Amino acid sequence: MFKRLDESPRQTVTVIINGHHVVVPEGESVAAAVLAENIGFTRTTPVNNQPRAPFCMMGVCFDCLMVIDGVPNQQACMVQVRDGMRIERQHGSGV
Amino acid sequence: MNDHYRLVIIGAGPAGLAAATVAADHGVETALLDEQPAPGGQIFRAIESAPDKRARQLGPEYRRGEKLVSAFRHSSARYYPDTQVWSLSADREIGLNHRQQAQVISADQVLLANGAFERPVPFPGWTLPGVMNAGAGQILFKGSGIVPADGVVLAGSGPLLLLLAWQYLRAGVKVRAVLDTISRSNYLKALPWLPKALMVHHHITQGLRYQQTLRLAGVELHNGISDLQAHGSESLETISYRHKGSKHRLKTDSLLIHFGVIPNIHLSQAAGCNHYWHARQQCWRPELDLWGSSSIDGILVAGDGGGIGGARTAEHAGRIAAFQVLHNLGVISQRERDREAARDRKWMKADLRIRPFLEKLFSIPDSMLRIPHDNAIVCRCEEVTAGEIRSAIAEGHGDSNQVKFLTRCGMGPCQGRQCAQAVAQIVADKTSLPMKKSTQFRVRPPLKPLTLGQLASLYPDEPE
Amino acid sequence: MKTDAIIIGGGLMGSSTALQLAMRGVRCRILEKESPGRHASGVNAGGLRQLNRHPAEIPLTVEAARMWRDIESLLDSDCDARFPGQLRVAESAQDLELLEQRAALVRSLGYDHEEMIGRDELYQLVPALAPHCVGALICRQDGYARPFHALTAFRHKASSLGVEYHVKTIVDAIERERGNWRVTTRKGDFQAPVLVNCAGAWAGRIATSLGEPVPLKPGAPMMMVTERLPHFIDPVIGAASRKLSFKQMQNGTLLIGGAHMADLDFQQQSTQISWPKLALSARTVMALFPQLNDVRIVRTWAGIEAFMPDNLPVIGRSSSAEDAWHAFGFSAHGFQLSPVVGKILAELIVDGATSFPLEPFAISRFNQNQTG
Repeated sequence: MFKRLDESPRQTVTVIINGHHVVVPEGESVAAAVLAENIGFTRTTPVNNQPRAPFCMMGVCFDCLMVIDGVPNQQACMVQVRDGMRIERQHGSGV
Repeated sequence: MNDHYRLVIIGAGPAGLAAATVAADHGVETALLDEQPAPGGQIFRAIESAPDKRARQLGPEYRRGEKLVSAFRHSSARYYPDTQVWSLSADREIGLNHRQQAQVISADQVLLANGAFERPVPFPGWTLPGVMNAGAGQILFKGSGIVPADGVVLAGSGPLLLLLAWQYLRAGVKVRAVLDTISRSNYLKALPWLPKALMVHHHITQGLRYQQTLRLAGVELHNGISDLQAHGSESLETISYRHKGSKHRLKTDSLLIHFGVIPNIHLSQAAGCNHYWHARQQCWRPELDLWGSSSIDGILVAGDGGGIGGARTAEHAGRIAAFQVLHNLGVISQRERDREAARDRKWMKADLRIRPFLEKLFSIPDSMLRIPHDNAIVCRCEEVTAGEIRSAIAEGHGDSNQVKFLTRCGMGPCQGRQCAQAVAQIVADKTSLPMKKSTQFRVRPPLKPLTLGQLASLYPDEPE
Repeated sequence: MKTDAIIIGGGLMGSSTALQLAMRGVRCRILEKESPGRHASGVNAGGLRQLNRHPAEIPLTVEAARMWRDIESLLDSDCDARFPGQLRVAESAQDLELLEQRAALVRSLGYDHEEMIGRDELYQLVPALAPHCVGALICRQDGYARPFHALTAFRHKASSLGVEYHVKTIVDAIERERGNWRVTTRKGDFQAPVLVNCAGAWAGRIATSLGEPVPLKPGAPMMMVTERLPHFIDPVIGAASRKLSFKQMQNGTLLIGGAHMADLDFQQQSTQISWPKLALSARTVMALFPQLNDVRIVRTWAGIEAFMPDNLPVIGRSSSAEDAWHAFGFSAHGFQLSPVVGKILAELIVDGATSFPLEPFAISRFNQNQTG
């Protein structure tokens, strides 16, 4: 589990994570936002249906693939949150 | 973005920033391509937007980045964030996506400053949610002020482990344990590399100070651990390891691992640069001369991407490479190049003196690298285990690429970044070859995701 | 009595030939300059295609198709072969007419594996296709397999029958010596009464050293593979007036080819993707499947293949040397033919004759084109 440190207030946006509206700091990566939200696994693998979550946070592992605004296989750690963005767990190869 | 620049630099960490500033200040039209939204690379991530309190928690080295970024921003170098490079050819054609738009540009000189990433060392359970790289923990901390909520265990080897533990403590995070694979024999093996210069003591005492602070805060510190495993059904629940002959278990939902960093050579491999295996650093590096020139004319490498040296060394290497570029472009003479680079050379030499010692001290045990458990997943993308790879080798597929063809190891989205070394290690072990003779995966573009639509948008006038 | 053969080239043709010879009691040694399947055999599109072959190839392709459907009994492996059919799609009346002429030609030759289908059946079979298409030519028994796995299966079976693979073994010289072939390599000399040239893009060199140079041109057709997608299409798709080979593999990835060529440095054995041409390939895919706009390409590559000026391979006896045979020059469409080519060569070598018509593939057709 993760938590947010107490810091000075920042600009925020509202995203929709697995159907739930969540307020997150502007400029954050989607991966950081979902980890802070503690949704557990962020995708299941296409070969053996195993749960995965972000691993490297810097774009080299491709384990953080999620469906963002309806498009699958997005590296959540390389995408910044935007107001109204829909973020969903990815199941296998697609939506 | 233009179609052509005199100098294109890829990567906005200390090497890229320093190089861009030098080149631009000498009047060379320079473009710096960065896949991040803001400069700083990994080590100075989010430095322009980090709140003061967080920056203090991260320590003084972090703040050094502010000067670098500021000098870069004040130079005339063009900065292109949100830019992913998906191909680089030997004749310096660069395929890229800038804000999702695909484009192919060219350059007279290319400087690769892609830095490093954490060495992936497979062990059973390392793919469970809850297991992340220590660097990932740092990124969450630096970039977003997000930290483990219910305690964390750090495991592996390398200065980053202690540094992160110390940073977490200052931020009030409960660090349960730091499990180090360094055994006592590492200290003995490293001693001969200990240089006699004064600079060295700074590193050693820094490390000892961290350890002391951690012990005082009640953190368990264990050296010489082995057989690390992560357990859980849907996510991490416990870890186990061997220490002093017996097996231990720890309940935790957060494990951060670190086994050193290795150069990010994907682009230099794609361009066709020669690489070699560096035994002490346990990684592949591009063949470079003293100025950072690779085996391909016009392509240079600076910073950790050319060989691990740390942030300060990267700055110096970036500037040195930039002076070489200026010379290549006819802007300065050889004497001027030597003169301008002299100070950076001196400082870099001093910085590098500690490296052999640190490398020997923090080296990963051969057994961890060469012989992962049969059921450890080596290729995370395609879920190929060490056991399956060994079977493929036993059936006659005796090099990394043949293993790839048969098992799909390395054919997933990460394109072998996470498994290339591990596969080569297993092949070397099973075929009784030294790592310096092992094969690397053949790297093919696109190196970063490129959609059919993006590709289709290129060269609209090309005749059928 | 030909009891001993040296086969140059450890790809599909070499392995298939070795297997068939071994099944007939001939001792075979394969000399492979790198590793089996390193080039064309390992990286092709894996198409099991009878559709739209040159008439000369039709008797061979039909028999090969029969062998592929039963490949497990030959190789103890099904090579992950699938047979959902293959289509050449017509996008206009002109296209349709071309395809109809083709269908008529095939019928006139006495074959029925290619037939026309109309718009309705086309969209029943391929609902994902862009809506402007008007019909197609189909071969319902066509399909695809995984080339490297097929090659590995050939290799395992051949090895189990005693075929020796000598890898990293580059041929330096070939000489005739007292009724035998003597092949000199950096790993030693090999001798045998029978020599077979299955050296792919390097077969021209072998042919030259046998005194029968051929106008073989190495080329590197480009391929792309995408990320995995949920299953949405069954048959393999080509187009009447576009360069395209498009299929969704068993694991959900899309394999896209179409014979657009990469830049090739044959000496260095290195290929470089031509982005302008690959962009054309991508546009072709988008024209027929616009919904794939956001699908990500994971990898591109270009295998080195042998192209002959008439796009027909060389299969058969040497025209200049005794006890030497050739099987090369498959011009990017050899995978499907590999099982039958091995059988044909084995028949020629052991029985002295084959029932398949081989004149169009004779190496002698190039004799008048010898260049200095």
